[in-house]
Amino acid sequence: MPADIPDTRTEVNCRRKFLESCMGAAGTALVASAISVRVEARDTYQRPPEALGLLYDATLCIGCKACVAACKQANDNPAEFSTTDKLWDTPLDTSGYTFNIIKMYRSGTMATKDDETNGYAFMKTSCMHCADPSCVSACPVTAMTKDPKTGIVAYDAEACVGCRYCVVACPFGIPKYQYDSPTGKIGKCELCRHRYKEGHYSACAEVCPTGATLYGRTSDLLSEAKRRLALKPGSVTTYPRGNLSGGPDQSYEGYVGNYKQHIYGETEYGGTQVLKLSAVDFEKVGMPYLSPNSSASTSETIQHTLYGGLLAPFAVLGVMTYVAKRNVHHEDDAPADKPGKE
Amino acid sequence: MSTLQHARPAPVGGSMFNATTLVCCMLIAVTATIILVRLFFGLSSTTNVNDGYSWGIWVVVDVFIGSALACGGFSMALLVYIFNKGKYHPLVRPALLGSLFGYTLAGAAITFDLGRWWNFWHIFWPGYFNVNSVMFEVAACITLYIIVMWIEFSPVFLERLGLRDARRKLEKVLFIFIALGVVLPMMHQASLGTMLVVMGGQVNPLWQTPIQPLIYLLSAIMLGYGVILFESCVAASAYRREIEVSLLNPMARVMLGIMALFLVVRFTDLVVRGVIGQAFAPTCVALTFWVENACLLGTFLLIGTTEARRNPARLFLAGIAVMLSGIMLRLNGFLIAFDTGPGWNYFPSVPELLVTIGIFAAEVFGYIYITRRFPVLPREETYAQPAHR
Repeated sequence: MPADIPDTRTEVNCRRKFLESCMGAAGTALVASAISVRVEARDTYQRPPEALGLLYDATLCIGCKACVAACKQANDNPAEFSTTDKLWDTPLDTSGYTFNIIKMYRSGTMATKDDETNGYAFMKTSCMHCADPSCVSACPVTAMTKDPKTGIVAYDAEACVGCRYCVVACPFGIPKYQYDSPTGKIGKCELCRHRYKEGHYSACAEVCPTGATLYGRTSDLLSEAKRRLALKPGSVTTYPRGNLSGGPDQSYEGYVGNYKQHIYGETEYGGTQVLKLSAVDFEKVGMPYLSPNSSASTSETIQHTLYGGLLAPFAVLGVMTYVAKRNVHHEDDAPADKPGKE
Repeated sequence: MSTLQHARPAPVGGSMFNATTLVCCMLIAVTATIILVRLFFGLSSTTNVNDGYSWGIWVVVDVFIGSALACGGFSMALLVYIFNKGKYHPLVRPALLGSLFGYTLAGAAITFDLGRWWNFWHIFWPGYFNVNSVMFEVAACITLYIIVMWIEFSPVFLERLGLRDARRKLEKVLFIFIALGVVLPMMHQASLGTMLVVMGGQVNPLWQTPIQPLIYLLSAIMLGYGVILFESCVAASAYRREIEVSLLNPMARVMLGIMALFLVVRFTDLVVRGVIGQAFAPTCVALTFWVENACLLGTFLLIGTTEARRNPARLFLAGIAVMLSGIMLRLNGFLIAFDTGPGWNYFPSVPELLVTIGIFAAEVFGYIYITRRFPVLPREETYAQPAHR
């Protein structure tokens, strides 16, 4: 049993060594921070110039859900039921098997469309294809990737370990997992990239009867959105349908909605490739407030500062190894010929 | 330093058959069954995790909290080998054993929570892994640390098996593994905090801060000491041994120092970011925030004086309070103050809870087995004999 009253000489010795160790630790911290300074903060990524995306204009949406059905078909997803008769595909939210859904905002008597009070409005929920996606930053095995040219955020089930950090990380709650399957995958919109080689584009935009969901280059979609916001509410204008950046002209004339002067996705988290217009406040229709700085950039700045090139960890390890080598001989205090057996 | 005379570790001995081990084995068997069901029928067959709360207790409790509670080995190594406090040496082996089981089982637990577990090796394969991912850093670091800990602990097995040459050779290079055993937990325990950062506004501002890695690191170190207080008291009472108050008393003081630093960092951050007001709002989240911090303040009240730290009951309660605070810090950030919007709820299912309990039972069983059969706890000289001799 160790004595309660310590040997004074040892204690002094201990204290000196303790101080030395503290200075060693402080030195490590200095070295580490000196190295860290050179690691630059990771800026929020911006959209690539040829980025592809969608423009969803809630004032044009009639809630027909043709896009929901087309998305199911294009992605080969099974129907999901929320009614007892189980006759129709009636998902209440996106899921591992539903990548696109139209939700409804309801207020009071629901008398007029696109009215915040006593009105109703629609909102599309699907992947926003962020310029700086949290899911891509979170994924430990590069199963979530952002195409450098099209900017499409794609998922590779073959790489995925199913940790679901992407599900937790996404501010829009988009990547979703198939919990009912022993081999479940993540399900999310990939902008129908698998249909491009057949000459198709995003199924939701292809079938949208009013052009509420429009496909195209995000730069073109952004100009179109700005054009609409500049128009006088109630005036008449031309609305394109289908593919804004190519394809046949399917435009028609319609009335200009009472837009909020905010293009959702223009700057949120550095911008998204899917843009949205609405007459109802975006937070009320489920689109969260997001700062222009992405959380992915904050997270990666921390990671690169602490672990960039593994310089800081190795510096700390070096000091720790030195200190441990000096101190570790306590281990052998007892003579080796007295093995600790009963 | 050879003036320090420690009681050498020795096996406690005694029978493995008793009520505790029997209950543990039953819980482990139940856990194994539930895991089989999960593997054949998917996560929703046994758990309540959903897309709003995709990480349930198998991740947050088994891995995040489990590994933090397993920081005793790391905290003791820091004290003994880095700050050269050799007198604490008798506490190292039991602490390391607790850590060994905590981490190994956390590693096992995460495997069957993984939705596509057969791809697990991708985390270590250069063609797949993503160095920007906090999860990658945590996973790689924890795996390495588990290996390092088994090597650190292996002298115990070599000692028991009488392989003295092998042991001596290993001990010549052991300092490298001891250094790794300090750096690796520093890295991933800090990163477990960074894990919250990418979740952005879904995490309540009281827990969403870029200095999260520092907060989690300090929390892990003090949890390490808290767990040792708890473990030492439990082991002493279960094996009818004397409590090492002469060591626990000064160690608890070190813990209080780190705790004070933690509180300064935590509250300065809240004030600087201007979110401290949320702690005084009449919300559930504010309440859990105060539960988390009251545990730490309570610890100061319990063992603030040297006199109080000589009281084993107070040390035991302080250990529990510190553990509770660390548990709450992690539960709050990842579950309670994590809000993915209206309509999402999560509370663990019974099978989910049983698995988490089963994992802790496996730790207890392993601890009993190793301490009874291998030289881990300091040899008792003249005091009470082991109960089941």
